[in-house]
Amino acid sequence: MIRERLSGNEAVAFAMKQINPDVVPAYPITPSTEIPQYFSSFVSNGTVDTEFIPVESEHSALSACIGASAAGGRVMSATSSQGLSLMYEMLYIASGMRLPIVLTCVNRAVSAPINIHNDHSDSMGVRDCGFIQLYCESNQEAYDNIIMAVKIAERSMIPVMVCYDGFITSHSVENIELLEDSVVKDFVGKYEPKHYLLNPNEFISMGPLDLQNYFFEHRKQLADAMTDSKKIIEEVSEEFAKISGRKYGMFESYKTEDSDACMVILNSSAGTAKVVVDKLREEGLKVGILKPRVFRPLPYKDLTNALRNQKAIAIMDKADSVNGFSGPLYSELSAALYSQSISIPSINYIYGLGGRDVKETDLEEVFRNIIKISKDGKVDKTTNYLGVRE
Amino acid sequence: MAYNLKEIIKRKTRFSAGHRMCAGCGAPPVVRGVLSAVKEDDNLVITSATGCLEVSSCIYPYTSWKNSSFIHSAFENASATCSGIEATYNVLKKAGKLPADKTTKFVAFGGDGGTYDIGLQSLSGAMERGHDMVYVCYDNGAYMNTGTQRSSATPKFADTTTAPAGKVVPGKLQARKDLTEIIAKHNIPYVAQTALLNNFKDIHEKSEKAIYTEGACFISVLSPCPRGWGYPTEMLMEISKLAVDTCFWPLYEIKDGVYTINYKPAKKLPVEEFLKPQKRFRHMFKEGNEWMIESFQKEVDKKWEYLLAMENLTNNDK
Repeated sequence: MIRERLSGNEAVAFAMKQINPDVVPAYPITPSTEIPQYFSSFVSNGTVDTEFIPVESEHSALSACIGASAAGGRVMSATSSQGLSLMYEMLYIASGMRLPIVLTCVNRAVSAPINIHNDHSDSMGVRDCGFIQLYCESNQEAYDNIIMAVKIAERSMIPVMVCYDGFITSHSVENIELLEDSVVKDFVGKYEPKHYLLNPNEFISMGPLDLQNYFFEHRKQLADAMTDSKKIIEEVSEEFAKISGRKYGMFESYKTEDSDACMVILNSSAGTAKVVVDKLREEGLKVGILKPRVFRPLPYKDLTNALRNQKAIAIMDKADSVNGFSGPLYSELSAALYSQSISIPSINYIYGLGGRDVKETDLEEVFRNIIKISKDGKVDKTTNYLGVRE
Repeated sequence: MAYNLKEIIKRKTRFSAGHRMCAGCGAPPVVRGVLSAVKEDDNLVITSATGCLEVSSCIYPYTSWKNSSFIHSAFENASATCSGIEATYNVLKKAGKLPADKTTKFVAFGGDGGTYDIGLQSLSGAMERGHDMVYVCYDNGAYMNTGTQRSSATPKFADTTTAPAGKVVPGKLQARKDLTEIIAKHNIPYVAQTALLNNFKDIHEKSEKAIYTEGACFISVLSPCPRGWGYPTEMLMEISKLAVDTCFWPLYEIKDGVYTINYKPAKKLPVEEFLKPQKRFRHMFKEGNEWMIESFQKEVDKKWEYLLAMENLTNNDK
């Protein structure tokens, strides 16, 4: 084990160095740019064996990933915001072709207006593209998830997107525990694809026209694989715990065992929320948080079971669906609760769009509101915009 | 070894019969013409852009691609996809994960829509990065797969479904984009323009040069389309020859910046000879539209003069 101080992007680039993928096609975009920057210096200095492809767009970045992965290589890339939006078409193709690409998404707002700071509009906007999505609170989680993502992708044959907050996580330096190179190397193992374009012993055709007779079945296979990937994520996380001592589940719960009011919140803001929970607990208020790590596949039974005994829930969305109803996490979790016949008063907050600072006092306001709801059961307004100027 | 069609057609095929391209379409002989230049002992990975060729050659659970591996992923990205494959080949080869004594070649195909228009950025990127690959554009001068919409490769005045020849607009108003020149300006080692002609010597020899020249190479092939152009299916080879003999489609190559015109017609035919058999140019022959033919001829002459000048300039420069 190595103790270091790294930014989120440095940590991910370092993990990629240890993974030593075959091909990394990438295109610069704030705030993920540093990843290909750090990584290309590893290439230039010969510390990795990777072919780095400095493509001319994110569309080509993911297209080159698809070609490279189909060819039989272990492939990684990184992007943010508009870059992920430009990849949109190819995200569906990567998953539809069942290619185990690992893509880091350093979360940033999506234009317009243009904004370089953090929210989750980018990865939430592509939540149905067939990628597994892992969300990370800290640099440590980003590092750990990237390493696990390689195995999860290759076992499930589904691409994985690892998401963490732009600037807040990507550029802030934190203490971090790194694994030894050899430990990572052994953990990810060698990539041995079953079918690949460069196989000298087998000729294959990939990406056919798939008409009414077969398309539906092929999409169902992907849906089944996504459902089944939950077990793979659990297995890989257990294996990772053995080498690191850090155990990851579908989600992390913080002081929810006896809580009455619970906040569901993703990524770095969960850190702020934990501080607020501690503070309110000193006042004797029974509050807790639930931080989903895996959003795709949606572990709806685990999440709803974890929330079952709450008396009020605040579901926090750092992305807006602009659908006249709620943010994406709220829509999905409230549907999941309903599907399990769990009826708990819940409220949705859209917060922190475009990097608007989310302070302890903001989250405290939310907690105080759900404490009130936990007592009187009344939700005045389902969807609220936290701290926005009206 | 001198070109011998009888020998070449004995080579193992990489594109088999049973595909669903139209009768009289130029694309299948273009594909065979190009792929016959790959040495039999070499492996081949083919990338295709979305288009007629792709949707007619690989319909699940069938494939026409034989003795080679094939991939299609999307419309605008054949070059980027191919560059990822080529990069993987380099790294796996270096790591000893592929047989040391076996070479794999990389060829990408795209129609003019997927090359001149939506795929231009991806193509430019791959050419600039210098991947060891050949990009082949089979140019039928419109979006034929979706039903003959105009592209930037569509010739001036052609009647297409998005620039139809009407009462006030006489078809496409703009001249073709000169893609071969644009790609040549990427300073890649080999760029060529060819067509289906005679015994397929020109397409074979250019493909062989492109495939076995290290680095990114580009070939543009005229690929007549009976449905979009409106000629009888049996006229495929004849219409190709007329394109060349009128100098509408000059056969030339640019090797390390040096131009060579591979065929100079002893008698350059007037462009009407190429236009007349095609329904897409029918309106140009109506009374009062002589100016359109004159204008078309002027474009053709200008390009031909340019090529002659470039050939002269780059050869005397040596």
